[in-house]
Amino acid sequence: MNHAIPLWLYVLVMACVTYAVRMTPLVLFRKKIHSVFVRSFLYYVPYAVLGAMTIPGIFYSTDSVYSAAAGLAAALVASFAGRSLLFVAVAACAAAYLAALIVPLF
Amino acid sequence: MDISRFSFRDGLKDGMPIALGYLSVSFGFGVSAVSMGIGWLAAALISLTNVTSAGQVAGVAIIAAAGSLGEIALSMLVINIRYFLMSISLSQKLDDSCTLPRRLLIAYGVTDEIFAVSSSKEGPVGSRYMAGLILLPVIGWTIGTLLGGIAGELLPYSVSAALGIAIYGMFVAIIMPVARKDKGVLLCVCVSVLLSCLLKYIPLFSGISAGFSVIICAIVSAAAASVIKPVKEAEA
Repeated sequence: MNHAIPLWLYVLVMACVTYAVRMTPLVLFRKKIHSVFVRSFLYYVPYAVLGAMTIPGIFYSTDSVYSAAAGLAAALVASFAGRSLLFVAVAACAAAYLAALIVPLF
Repeated sequence: MDISRFSFRDGLKDGMPIALGYLSVSFGFGVSAVSMGIGWLAAALISLTNVTSAGQVAGVAIIAAAGSLGEIALSMLVINIRYFLMSISLSQKLDDSCTLPRRLLIAYGVTDEIFAVSSSKEGPVGSRYMAGLILLPVIGWTIGTLLGGIAGELLPYSVSAALGIAIYGMFVAIIMPVARKDKGVLLCVCVSVLLSCLLKYIPLFSGISAGFSVIICAIVSAAAASVIKPVKEAEA
């Protein structure tokens, strides 16, 4: 990679911000949040983040959109069936791998 | 508040299953980081210093795209903001053994799973228990990344390309069970996905980087869901 900013500086910034978010309430705050909106917002944020990161990002996570689509389909089916995190991930990889083998045949 | 009866060993015991889960999730992160051009050692260092899945994936993507430090800092803030809520809750759960220096150390290990397990204990928890609870998951998280990173560099391209999807598969697996039960989460995720597709594919928004896109999607969709389906006290 060709960067003006060194890698260690990125890593340092990531670590410091992540730590500060965790540390501040533990050290300074001792109060409960009563605002329903703020509580709801904080509850929803992780799912919103995961959703936005997964789609459309997942389509560029393998070497073709087709194999990624097969992987996504497998992940949706396996997770809908209530399978574990690990099972879903392996199913997605296997489907993507197989699709990458099959698609060039057409 | 008095002193908790849970020992360091109790913490280790409760941390074991979390560590095993982390080993596999972080393996996926390692593979994905290496595929974006981050070395396996740097990937492991990121895992050791951050201990958070979504934040790290977003961070690595920003590094790979040579984003600015401001962008990466803002992304970490928004993506990890949930830990703020967890730490507030945890601060009321810690007993008197948790002095300021110990709180500073405990803060490092507040993850979704560690928070969930410590919250589920009856009564207050102490610093020794928290140390035990945090230790193994952090080791599992770092070692998993290391193994995934090395595997990503050694495995043939056809295999490592397919493994790149692993971490996204896990994201789907995290969202699905909650979205099935909770209409608010389903709504929030649908709005977020729709927005992120719009930001990605409409040429007008092509100047918005992936990192900022996640921030915008997260804030708008979480705010929308909070207004339409506010969460009642007990659920959050």
